[in-house]
Amino acid sequence: MSGLDKVVGSYADALAGLEDNMTVIAGGFGLCGIPENLIKEIKRKGTRGLTVVSNNCGTDKFGLGILLPDKQIRKMVASYVGENAMFEAQMMSGELEVELTPQGTLAEKMRAGGAGIPAFYTATGYGTPVGEGKEVREFNGRHYILEEAIQGDFSIAKAWKGDRYGNLVFRKTARNFNPMAVTAGKIAVVEVEEIVEVGSLDPDEIHLPGIYVDRLIQGTFEKNIEQRTVRSV
Amino acid sequence: MALTREELAQRVAQEFKDGYYINLGIGIPTLAANYIPEGTQVMLQSENGLLGMGPFPLEDEVDPDLINAGKQTVTMANGASLFSSADSFAMIRGGHVDLTVLGAFEVDCQGNIASYMIPGKLIKGMGGAMDLVAGAENIIVTMTHASKHGESKLLKECTLPLTGKGCIKQVLTDLALMDIKEGRFILRERAPGVSVEEIVKLTAGEVLVPDHVPEMSFR
Repeated sequence: MSGLDKVVGSYADALAGLEDNMTVIAGGFGLCGIPENLIKEIKRKGTRGLTVVSNNCGTDKFGLGILLPDKQIRKMVASYVGENAMFEAQMMSGELEVELTPQGTLAEKMRAGGAGIPAFYTATGYGTPVGEGKEVREFNGRHYILEEAIQGDFSIAKAWKGDRYGNLVFRKTARNFNPMAVTAGKIAVVEVEEIVEVGSLDPDEIHLPGIYVDRLIQGTFEKNIEQRTVRSV
Repeated sequence: MALTREELAQRVAQEFKDGYYINLGIGIPTLAANYIPEGTQVMLQSENGLLGMGPFPLEDEVDPDLINAGKQTVTMANGASLFSSADSFAMIRGGHVDLTVLGAFEVDCQGNIASYMIPGKLIKGMGGAMDLVAGAENIIVTMTHASKHGESKLLKECTLPLTGKGCIKQVLTDLALMDIKEGRFILRERAPGVSVEEIVKLTAGEVLVPDHVPEMSFR
């Protein structure tokens, strides 16, 4: 890594400096577009006491769910945590703290965190348990609650292609939370399917500029599918 | 006779108007995509970042990078576009989606909806439902009218934690289509063969019954 070149040589280097009790923001929706190898590296490293911010917490066998057996996650901020028996068990027993956050609010909290906006008003969650204890303001006759931005010590994300400067292109719905997650991390680590030479991506078609990316690594991906649904001819 | 899931989907699809952008929730709402009226052009929004959702893929079209909000593999319609979750909820919160259809556990005559959690029992999370009900002008809730034990789910006041407050104006159940206005349900249509009395009996909230309540029609 030198100059603007963000490429690191190993997954251990990619997550160097990640310590116990840190906050990690992770991209992905279900198992789609998750930084699967970076999650595996967190498991291998054995980092504990983490606050993890991500739309979901994977399944029992894949994605962020693999951090549950060794109780590496202390607190989870997510919008949907179904489909994961161990998650439910740890949540019910109180070992795992869970902050349920509406999906759009979660995306905006990450976006705001990366964009230097400390908080924003949204109608989402007003009058529900999500709004309890939060400042309420009325604009044009509607009620809004104040939601605070989220920043992470690290963010981990997955893109399709990246050039050595960290300019990123995502693929289909694997984009989801990834661009915002990247921007909201003090140290933003991205794994991609392919690292390409600088200049080979069309600047007009870059989804996220490399300024947000600190470390880049190329991986191979299993890409598990949660609900394989097909039609016959 | 109470409507089947397919009939509910069919009835809700009659509300799809030409040129609409529509977000369909998981379950019965998703089924409605199979009944888009002929000659009506709509685009389906999936809140994980896709506008222009197509049918499920053929076996050899399956792509793990292309799923819907229910995490099912899907395809893209002609003219589809892809974007981030922040952009997706900007569309939703910003009121750009013309119609949202979603399920619920309970709805009440104040327009409140409870759909995401049963304390001590089911804690899965709200996903995008809170943003959808807060952002959309036009929402149809699809649900069964009563529980298996005959307890009404159309209440005077929701008992479960709310997903949204005062935001629901229309609910379609297996028995009836109701509007919600000024603190009461207004019976608009009844399922074929279901009597007004039966519907009123199974609705815990106040119901206004107009002089004429037509049966739903399925062409």
